[in-house]
Amino acid sequence: MKKLINKTENLVKESLAGVAAAHADLVKVHYDPNFVVRIDAPVRGKVAIISGGGSGHEPMHGGFVGRGMLDAACPGDVFTSPTPDQMEAATKAVDGGAGVLHIVKNYTGDILNFEMAAELCQAAGIEVAAVVIDDDVAVKDSLYTAGRRGVGTTVLAEKICGAAAERGDNLAKVVDVCRKVNANGRTMGMALTSCTVPAAGRPTFEISDTEMEIGIGIHGEPGRERMALKPAKEIVEMMANVILSDLPFKSGDQVIVMVNGMGATPLMELYLVYNELNKICQAKGITIVRQLVGNYITSLDMAGCSITLLKVDEELLTLWDAPVHTPALRWGV
Amino acid sequence: MVNQESLVAWIEALQEVYAENKEYLTQLDSAIGDADHGINLDRGFTAVRRKLSETKCEDMSAVLKTASMTLISSVGGASGPLYGTFFLRASAVCANKTELAEADIVAMVEAGLEGILHRGKARPNDKTMVDALTPAVNAMKQALAAGSGVKEILEKGVEAAEQGMTDTIPMLAKKGRASYLGERSIGHQDPGATSSYLMLKTAANLWN
Repeated sequence: MKKLINKTENLVKESLAGVAAAHADLVKVHYDPNFVVRIDAPVRGKVAIISGGGSGHEPMHGGFVGRGMLDAACPGDVFTSPTPDQMEAATKAVDGGAGVLHIVKNYTGDILNFEMAAELCQAAGIEVAAVVIDDDVAVKDSLYTAGRRGVGTTVLAEKICGAAAERGDNLAKVVDVCRKVNANGRTMGMALTSCTVPAAGRPTFEISDTEMEIGIGIHGEPGRERMALKPAKEIVEMMANVILSDLPFKSGDQVIVMVNGMGATPLMELYLVYNELNKICQAKGITIVRQLVGNYITSLDMAGCSITLLKVDEELLTLWDAPVHTPALRWGV
Repeated sequence: MVNQESLVAWIEALQEVYAENKEYLTQLDSAIGDADHGINLDRGFTAVRRKLSETKCEDMSAVLKTASMTLISSVGGASGPLYGTFFLRASAVCANKTELAEADIVAMVEAGLEGILHRGKARPNDKTMVDALTPAVNAMKQALAAGSGVKEILEKGVEAAEQGMTDTIPMLAKKGRASYLGERSIGHQDPGATSSYLMLKTAANLWN
């Protein structure tokens, strides 16, 4: 394992210290329990939005804290859910009296820890609502399993809900907007290489130079299929077909697209993927109205990408275009 | 009779038991989960033991509540909130008591199980800790109704938990990360059911 680390056990904290130093105009970092909070929190009268999850997916979630997006983010250990005391402390730090929304990715550990945090906060008199994001089309949904994983749509939900809260929507309305984003967003990922969890010191899975994993999660969990590497055009077609047929997306739909890098894939390749996806959408009569191409929800040093499509209407598009000022997303300011 | 001293002794023993079984539980978890159950419980109960040695708990309820809050803030994953809830519900049963009689012990484990069911939304046969604890609570209730003492009640509970634990081997997982494996989860013993069995067994070895 070759990484830029001092001591593995200090990695998360030292990285947070870097965020605090680099973006002192936007965020503050609180330690023990760890959370990142926007500089002007709590904002009186505004619904506050918190998300969190294991570390290793940067810039999600800490990079999305700031005006027009998250009020706080709770980073756990690498790929491990944060604990309720973090969410409770963050919730209390950002509560502006209008209630707090927890945006939770669908993993059993995340769900249970956020639920406990919500109960602790409600006992303290803070109104808390939670919305679970479960957009990964690679996982077969079933009433009898933990369900689909929460992946790329989380980034779009955080941006859009942040704008809704900023314009003064109440908690019930922000919850509705979040559910609407989750209902209309779909994601699929793929990997060319494994990630290496620093504490483990070796790659999470073995994969040869001629293979790829289709339908990978963001923690190196197995995908739906291991197959021989193909030209990007065919890979994107394969992923797009699963995404498009799932919602389903139809001719005439307007979509926001995110082509996301898993951490070790050059932007040059991500733009090539975007080009292929753009051609597919054009051929199907689907209009890409906005797009993100870059590293937004990563999996440490994994090479690969994910594609997210979110079907939008005027409301969601207006919220998407609203100003945002965070370390990792910034426009309109 | 079980008093505050016996409760603390149980939790201290749990730290030793989970330290000894760290590799075993992690190995069970690596087959169908994310290979951290033993590591997480070892870290959690080590933190609980340290916290209890630093904290002056005024009663039995406070001991269990301290254990609960420490597990919740140190374990992470799914088992932190689940066992944290178990101890939180158990602590409520102990409120205003200085000693636990037979019925209190059964009520404590039953309340803990209900907490886990409420928190994790698992049902029997989902291949989880519920599959060890549910038969254990039933067996303990029967033993209580039959007029058994603490030792015998706990032994009946452990026997049923052990059976429940091995019964998870042929089950198809329907909760947690193991559920993503579908059919591939069959043939492996559930790590959560195993750690729950160890929890009761440790109590049975100490209390009489």
